[in-house]
This record gives sequence, structure tokens and C-alpha cells, in this order.
Amino acid sequence: MKKLRVVIIGTGNIGTDLLMKILRSPYLECVGFVGRNMNSAGMSRAIQLNVPCSDHSINFISENSDKIDLVLDATSAKDHKKHAIVLKELGIKAVDMTPAQVGSMSVPAITLDQSLSYDNVSMITCGGQASIPIAYAISKTQKDVDYIEVVSVISSMSAGPATRANLDEYIFTTEAAIKKFTGVNQAKAIINLNPAIPCINMQTSVFAQVQNPDMEMLKEELNTICSSVQSYVPGYKIIVGPLYENGRIVVTVRVRGSGDYLPEYAGNLDIINCAAIALVEEHAKKASER
Amino acid sequence: MTQSNKRKILINDSTLRDGNHAVSHQINPDQIAAYCLAADTAKVPIIEIGHGNGLGASSLQIGLSRASDRVILETARNSVKNSKLSVHVIPGFATIERDLKPAIEIGVDVFRVASHCTEANITERHISFCRDNGKSVFGVLMMSHMADKDVLLQEAQKMQNYGAEAVIIMDSAGNYLPNDVVEKIGLLAQNLNVPVGFHAHNNLAMGVANSLAAVESGAQLLDASARSFGAGAGNAQLEVLVAVLERLGFETGIDLYKILETADLAEAKLLKQLPTISSTSIVSGLAGVFSGFLSPVNRVASEFGVDPRDVFFELGRRQVVAGQEDVIIEVAKELKV
Repeated sequence: MKKLRVVIIGTGNIGTDLLMKILRSPYLECVGFVGRNMNSAGMSRAIQLNVPCSDHSINFISENSDKIDLVLDATSAKDHKKHAIVLKELGIKAVDMTPAQVGSMSVPAITLDQSLSYDNVSMITCGGQASIPIAYAISKTQKDVDYIEVVSVISSMSAGPATRANLDEYIFTTEAAIKKFTGVNQAKAIINLNPAIPCINMQTSVFAQVQNPDMEMLKEELNTICSSVQSYVPGYKIIVGPLYENGRIVVTVRVRGSGDYLPEYAGNLDIINCAAIALVEEHAKKASER
Repeated sequence: MTQSNKRKILINDSTLRDGNHAVSHQINPDQIAAYCLAADTAKVPIIEIGHGNGLGASSLQIGLSRASDRVILETARNSVKNSKLSVHVIPGFATIERDLKPAIEIGVDVFRVASHCTEANITERHISFCRDNGKSVFGVLMMSHMADKDVLLQEAQKMQNYGAEAVIIMDSAGNYLPNDVVEKIGLLAQNLNVPVGFHAHNNLAMGVANSLAAVESGAQLLDASARSFGAGAGNAQLEVLVAVLERLGFETGIDLYKILETADLAEAKLLKQLPTISSTSIVSGLAGVFSGFLSPVNRVASEFGVDPRDVFFELGRRQVVAGQEDVIIEVAKELKV
């Protein structure tokens, strides 16, 4: 089978972890690992692994556009807004790992098939990938849900400079996605960084204000959607709930990563990257059928 | 009298912000107006207002505010003539578009941009934005007992480089003893080019003593609350601190009689009960857990039938930071098993 030719732009934590996952994939081939600095930690790792590397950033893609099927953009929200225009002109499919909110938002457990038809697909945020399946189950089973809130904590060691500079974009993109996938009028996202050593696992809590909760229906729906997420993120697990406490539905999930680039605690990297790989592999399978 | 024993100390009155933790963020506009008027008359230089965790923090996670940020800020703005108004801003809760821009438009004077004590680089954009808009900006390092003095200095220097005009060290858990304050504030005061401030909690009855240790180590700013109205066991007691500083010859510019009357008003109008160092608060301070966790820990511990002291020690062992209130349920659930 012919592998899908993928370029990763952005050599930080997200980009490098994506590379590890692509190297393992039977459907994908990394034909370029590109950034702006040949000396970054991720770039050094890619060079060791004999992956074609370049510091020409987006220009590498313009120069080699006929040899590229798809680009995973792991730079920053600001950079992706510029890259998206270039990629669209080149006719190359973009999967956006930043919270730039350019393309159609995708959570594979909910929208795997639809997402493939768009030129630009947004993987939302790590907190979005962790919380939206839960929020979706709540909105599907409960009446009169008007407000959903999602609170994530990630280990400081897993948050690189782009993540730290993009907290506002993280918040707005996560909130927009919660509203889109659940239909609630109001959503709120909060993110905390915790520097504890040993590093803490990524966790996300979902809260919803509900008057008369149907916990049995919710439990069933959560079981179904959790299995679906676990099919592409093996370390995804509900550790609290569903509970009804202080007038709120509370569900907490823990995400243990696969330990590809950063150790297992960095479930935040893993969940958004696993979601992207699930999507891109599906695309590769469909493309090879054609 | 020499210049040195008339050293000026700038007081930030945190009653209406930190005190909001003590009443589950239910301070109402009438209370805000009445307190602001009194504190303004007492010549309090800076009055801090808002939800306990600052702008944009009204939430199911921390507690929903009685009044919206906009109503809180506008009420305070209309109630003060001379005092400056300050707000607490934690990136991750507060955003530039939704929270900082309206606060600037309403007329907040001082933005205190905060992060956990090791995460100063998340404050760069928010600090720069406020400075670019001509506002006063202080950097705030929360839960500072969790970092050693050299790390705190590095983080404070980052805030200074981003444009913070002062850096405030918070003992958010009420964990410090005076020697800890001397060691940390002393190093920062010697090495920063901007003034250093200190924010105390009273879990181990060190609120005023630690504040004094801070000024004696070079701090030029102090946070305090009327009747110590604040999260957990409360803050340094404002009216006591003003009296002590006056006796020692420091200048706060605050009118002693009027601040005593302001504190009386706070007791009559704001407090549900006088802040006290409850047995659970002592454990909270020892465990080094954010003081604002007191009410939710008490509630959840009682719901799960577990000992709130065990919950606090376990939260401390897990090194939870401010904003991680959801972990309380997880810990209570595990203790129950």
C-alpha cells in the first residue's frame, strides 16, 4: 500500500511526538520535519532518526508541494493563520494542532468521517479532545443543559513556549468547540499548569449545571464514548464520576500518554496527537481505496 | 527623623477580593459600594476587587460569583475618588479580550498578573498588554512556599523583564514562618530593580508577623484585609498592620481612626462570621494547600464522610496548585475507599 506523504511543521513537543507516532504507522510516511532552527531538541531527534529535515519552515512546503499529501501544523496559532493561506493555495490538506480556529473542528470519537472532507481540520486543543466526548455525552442525555465548564491541568514539563503563549487561544478555541459539539449557549474553559515532581498526569474535569440529572443514561453514554476514545487514546480513563455534587454533574478523566516523545504523564500531548493520527490514518486508508 | 525610619509602605487592601473566598464569592454590589467608600475615606491607596481567583474566575470549579466582573468593577469605580482599584489576573482563567480589555475600559488602575510561583512565563502577554495600555502592572507569584528562593528570584526577574513594576510574593497557603519570609523576600529585595511585595495568610497565626518580617527584609508593598477577611484563616489583618506599621514609624498614608472604622464596617456588612484559625485551617497551612480550598474541602469531606484534615494532607502530598479544586473530589473519593 502506498503511504500518505506527511510533513510536520513545528519541531516542539507536539511536532516531535507526532513524528514518533508517524514513524510507527503502517499508513503514513514523514517526508519532512520542518521548522526554523536546526538545533532544536526535536530537530536533533529527527536527524538521528534519518527523517528529512529542513529549517525552511513553510517555504519547504512550497518548494516541495508536489511530493506532499498532507501537513500537520504544530507551530503556534499565530503562525498557523499564515500557513493556512499558503497550504490552501497549494491545495494541500492541513491538520491544525494549534488553537488557531481556522478549519473544521474534529473529535474523532464523534466526527471521524465528516472531518475528512475539509481542506483544513482543527484538532481543537488537548483539553478539548479530553473533555468534548464527556460534554457530548452529557448534552446528549440531559435536559436543559445551558452551561458546560471544562477544567484541565497539565504538567508544567509538558507545556512548551507556544502552549504558554497561547493560553487565551486555548481557552477560546476549547469553549467554541464545546458549544459546537454540545449546542450549549455558554461554555467556559480553564487551564492550570502544575510543576509537581514527579510530573502529574493530564486531567480534565467536566462540570454541567443540571436541575434533574439522569445519571443512569449518562453512565451508559459515557461507557460507549469512552471506549470509542480509548480505541485511539489507550490511556484515556474516567477516574471520577459521573457524580451529581453541589448542583453540578462532575466527571474527571485522566489521560496517560503513550510515552512516545515525552513520558507518560504528558497525556495532553498524546491525546491531541493520537486524535490527529487517527484522523490522518483514516484519510490514508480512504485515499488508498480510491 | 531620617528617611529610613519613615520608609513608605504601599498597602493593597484585598478585603473585597480575597474576602470573596470566605463567602463563596457572594459579596454583593451594595457591600462593595459601602466598603469602597469607607476605605477611600480612610485613604487606602489601593483597593482590590473581584472574584477570589480574580477576573474571569467565576466558575463551577471555584464558585460562581454573585455579581459579574463588570458589575463589581463598575460599582467600585463609582464608589472611590482617590484610591486606586486593582484586580487579580490569572492567565488560564482571565483572557486579554474578554477580561482585560473591559477592565481597562471600566477604569481599573492596577493589574496584578499572577501565576503559580514557577510558571511566570504564562504572564508575559497579559503583563505586556496592560503596560502597552498605560496601566500599572504588578507581577504576582502564588503558592510561593512551593519554590526555593533562587527559583522565586528567577521567576520574579522574568516578570520584571516583561514589564511588571513590582513583584508580589504570595504565601497563598499560609505556610510561612517569619524566617522563610526573611530568606525569600530578602533575596528578592536585594536583586530586583522593582519593589517587592508580600501577601500573607493567617493559617499559622503569622499574618502580621510575616508581613512585618517582609518589610524588615526590604518589601515595599503589603496586602492585607479588614478583620483579616480572606480565604481560609484569612489574611494579615489590615487595621492591625496599619497600627503596627505606624508604631514602627513606617508611613502608609492611611488614617488610623478611619481604617479602624472601615474594619468595623467590614465586620458589620461583609462578614458572615469573624475569620478564625479553625482546626482545619491549621492543617491546611501545614499541608501547604491553597487557602481558598477550605470551604470546598469542608463541603466535599462531609459529603463523602471523610476527615477534611486527611483531605488536606493528601492534597498537599499531591502538590496541587491554586485552581485545582476538582482534585478535592478525587481525593475524597479515594480516601473513602
